[in-house]
Amino acid sequence: MRDIATSDRRDTATDDRVDLDWRPALARSVMFRHDRVRGADLLLLPERVVVLRGAAGSIVKLCDGERDVAAIVAELARRHPDAPVDAEVPAFLRQLRAEGWLR
Amino acid sequence: MSEAFGVHGAQGGPDAAARPTSPPPPPEPPWALLAELTHGCPLRCAYCSNPVKLIGRSVELTGDEWCEVLRQAAELGVVQTHLSGGEPLLRRDLPRIVATADEAGIHTQLVTSGVGLHEARLAELVDAGLRSVQLSVQHADPARADLIAGARATGAKERAARLVREAGLPLGLNAVLHRANLDALDALVELGLAWGADRIELANTQFYGWAMENRAALLPDPDQVARARLTLERWRVRLAGRMELVWVAPDYVDATAKPCMGGWGAVSLTVAPDGSVLPCPAAAELLGDDAPNVRDHRLDWIWRESPAFTRYRGEDWMREPCRSCELRAVDFGGCRCQAYALTGDAARTDPACHRSPDHDLVRALVDAARGPAPEDHPGFAYREGGT
Ligand code: SF4
Ligand code: SF4
Repeated sequence: MRDIATSDRRDTATDDRVDLDWRPALARSVMFRHDRVRGADLLLLPERVVVLRGAAGSIVKLCDGERDVAAIVAELARRHPDAPVDAEVPAFLRQLRAEGWLR
Repeated sequence: MSEAFGVHGAQGGPDAAARPTSPPPPPEPPWALLAELTHGCPLRCAYCSNPVKLIGRSVELTGDEWCEVLRQAAELGVVQTHLSGGEPLLRRDLPRIVATADEAGIHTQLVTSGVGLHEARLAELVDAGLRSVQLSVQHADPARADLIAGARATGAKERAARLVREAGLPLGLNAVLHRANLDALDALVELGLAWGADRIELANTQFYGWAMENRAALLPDPDQVARARLTLERWRVRLAGRMELVWVAPDYVDATAKPCMGGWGAVSLTVAPDGSVLPCPAAAELLGDDAPNVRDHRLDWIWRESPAFTRYRGEDWMREPCRSCELRAVDFGGCRCQAYALTGDAARTDPACHRSPDHDLVRALVDAARGPAPEDHPGFAYREGGT
């Protein structure tokens, strides 16, 4: 099991603005769900379960293939006016894409 | 497909879920369920770990019963299922079973020989919510693959791999390793690359069921295993980030007990074709008539309270040398099914462990093992008939 938090960023050096019009959606092999039994948000993958910590689940939930990154950032900024959403969310989404979980 | 044996943490998802310590109650919920939908199979693999006496098709759970099992499993906490067998494609109601699992929030993976995976069939399964496919391969050379599988299947497998890729699903290959293919790892990995696999599981044979009948023909000597490990390491360096190569260790040769299933009744459960529920796919023999059945009990009772699942949960059942061994939290004393198969007593230390008082049994087999199998006559015994 892997735990992922929004702060686990690995590629902070890349430019956050290049893909603001990308409309992230879950890859076909990936399921997102809230697990009521364990009280956790999960990403289910072949042979693997990733537990999403903190705000990660609410970010993934917005990846519906319709909203682009700018819209996701705007929505989260509205909900969490004091959080560093601009800086963290695009990098988090890119990290999930690099893992092959978002497309 | 009973080569997809869950002896390693990755199978069924989480590697190190919190486990019950002793005393155990109540257990953590299970993450994964292995659904053995049928023992019927068009292949007759020499290494098959299904029982020598297969469960007949007439006593299999119905589609309705499987759907109910999956709903109960989801309530209990199961989030992943491997739909396996035998050959699960022999079940015509497979799409319905997939759809029920998906609706209940369970991630589905089909574990198949590839025989019977036609385009329309796969499309139905994908529509029903299938997320991933694991395909068995026996050897990269078709003639040798046929000798290992006791049937002709390479053409069907190649087609299945192509269809899975075209459908956009992740493809895993599963190759069980033994004397007749350990020296052909390069070609197996190249086959995986050519077929577009995301992952190859290289699983050394586990000696249960039919594989036990063929043990002498399957068991490699330590030199052959060492060569394969070097090959594996080379490929891991070359394919880092591109393809995942999973190695399931040969416990006899390594003289090391495997952390079977993440501990007895700790992470996952297996439902056999007739509805009996097992802590591990090899446990049918050990439990015999004590295996609880979904036709008699609810799954939550079976998981939490049945004598079969509580018997070796935690550490209370352990004897020396496991009881005072620092590795007991890592390997849980090894495999209960193997202890039972080799000594007749499931509570003994796994004889694969070099600290086991019974390790001589395994040592003698490894000392007697010979090198690579003769190419054209590997000396396997096959099950009668197919399916
Ligand atoms: S015969 Fe081969 S394909 Fe069929 S269940 Fe056994 S291992 Fe799997
Ligand atoms: S003695 Fe028991 S706990 Fe220790 S390594 Fe061997 S099997 Fe594992």
